[in-house]
Amino acid sequence: MSSTVERATRPSEPGLLAHIRNVLLENPVTLFAAVLFVAFVLIGLFGPWIVPYSPLASDTAAALRPPTAAHWFGTDQLGRDIFSRVMVATRLDLTIAIVSVVSVFAVGGLAGILAGFFGGWLDQVIGRITDTIMAFPLFVLAMGIVAALGNTVGNIILATAIVNVPIYARIARTEAAIRRDAGFVQAARLSGNSDIRLLLTQILPNIMPIMVVQMSLTMGYAILNAAGLSFIGLGVRPPTPEWGIMVAEGAAFIVSGDWWIALFPGLALMLAVFCFNLLGDGLRDIVDPQRRT
Amino acid sequence: MLRTFTARLATAVPSLIGVVIVTFLLTRVLPGDPAAYFAGPTATEQSIAEVRHQLGLDLPLWAQFVRYVQDLIHGNLGQSLTTGQPVLNEILTRLPASAELVLCGLVFAIGIAIPLGVLAALKQGSFIDHACRVVTTAGVSVPVFFTGLLLVYVFYYQLGWSPAPLGRLDVFFSAPTDRTGFYLIDALLDGDGETFRAALAQLILPALTLGIFALAPIARMTRAAMLSVLSADFIRTARAAGLSTATVVIRYGFRNALLPVVTTLGMVFSFLLGAAVLVEKVFAWPGIGSYAVDALVASDYAPVQGFVLAMAILYISLNLVIDLLYTVIDPRMRVAA
Repeated sequence: MSSTVERATRPSEPGLLAHIRNVLLENPVTLFAAVLFVAFVLIGLFGPWIVPYSPLASDTAAALRPPTAAHWFGTDQLGRDIFSRVMVATRLDLTIAIVSVVSVFAVGGLAGILAGFFGGWLDQVIGRITDTIMAFPLFVLAMGIVAALGNTVGNIILATAIVNVPIYARIARTEAAIRRDAGFVQAARLSGNSDIRLLLTQILPNIMPIMVVQMSLTMGYAILNAAGLSFIGLGVRPPTPEWGIMVAEGAAFIVSGDWWIALFPGLALMLAVFCFNLLGDGLRDIVDPQRRT
Repeated sequence: MLRTFTARLATAVPSLIGVVIVTFLLTRVLPGDPAAYFAGPTATEQSIAEVRHQLGLDLPLWAQFVRYVQDLIHGNLGQSLTTGQPVLNEILTRLPASAELVLCGLVFAIGIAIPLGVLAALKQGSFIDHACRVVTTAGVSVPVFFTGLLLVYVFYYQLGWSPAPLGRLDVFFSAPTDRTGFYLIDALLDGDGETFRAALAQLILPALTLGIFALAPIARMTRAAMLSVLSADFIRTARAAGLSTATVVIRYGFRNALLPVVTTLGMVFSFLLGAAVLVEKVFAWPGIGSYAVDALVASDYAPVQGFVLAMAILYISLNLVIDLLYTVIDPRMRVAA
């Protein structure tokens, strides 16, 4: 008897997992993207151990072979197995994208929140900086940054992060500014909370969902940006397997009809970006249904 | 109108100042010691110090900045180490190639994207709406250099319809008389149909590549803007008043939907100018993008900095043009400003 009463009085509280399940079942496309995302992460984590060949082992006797049962994606000009290289490259490409997006989330998001919450001169300065970044075509600025700071993977990550700062700063600023004087923030302020506490306990948790959506949406752009930079010969050096540079290596062979060298890394790149874009769209529809287009 | 124009012009000044400061800072953080770099590998301590003095690198930072700005005013962007030419000259001679490519790409993108977006909004949920969705999602997911390579494979290697992706004109043709720098226009002015066709054949694939890339954001925005305008009250009123569908859609709907689309063009240009660099590399197009890429690979920094600055100034001017276009399309903007 007592147990039924207890069950009746307590409203059913769906756990986090149940919520995620709901979200995914609502839109099969998002579910597909989520599955794809998990696959990419697994390949990124375990890729080097599950590939059939070493990504660096060349075999000139078997160079430039189209896809066969032994080499699913064919071999490149040095006889390296393209399937293995594409799989192993996943880790580097995802790492570049994730590290740059997480750092821009931290820096750009923080700058935006501070600008929106405090306003005044801080807002002015941060606004000026973001406006200046926006005055450049973004990929061109990224090229300039990598050229100036040095041609390394770390600087590719940095450049990708810097060109994304304005998007994050602007969104965080708007979201923080509209909540600055909201009732619940005022209440918390009147109960004697410091500004820092208000930011951490009232503002940040509320704008987190929108920022996470933005992270997913910019992840695709980050991958494209980094791949574009390595396509023109910046950052990643051969023979390191990376999708952008592999497409660049294959580009020379396209005109002679050897399509597989550039095609498979290009497809991997496309699929990864596609996955993040779908995931971002799906998440946005859930978090912010009004912006659905 | 003149006042609006000057007011808009004034808004570009802070961006311009910011851009100059950033490019200056980028030249000052070059890896290693620029003086040692410019003096060459065989330089002694003394010659490095000499070069440092020549370049003004021994001056305080603000004085270096003043010198940098003075150089810019005189059109001095430095010299390329690999070609020995002044950077400004090379950028100016290569600019028309890039401009022709980007403009053709943009015209193609607008020509497809706007009708597609309008139709998708008019027939929501129809086949064309789904097509629009697929195109816009694919357009933002496919790396632009990959699209270019796929087109080369299909249209050059498989079908043999287009010439080899090697620059603006086949080696058997000589460039038309230089009037505008745009081969298509120059060839027409020469009355040289052969060269025009050859230049067009070279241009189609790279322009198509850029166009496909720019299509997605424009189509997406057109559809969204059209949808929100068509659900407005004044559209219902116009329909209720018995106006023809064409009048309602074009005069009432499209003209209003055009505003956010024009705003998006600014962002599209940012992407296009970046993507042009990659497309130029794929098609060996002799524009300013490939100039910068070649310089980058050769660690020749002056052209890269000049390129970044030139692109930023170009982008700011394009945004200015878009702003002015906005006041032409939207009469309300004229009153407000």
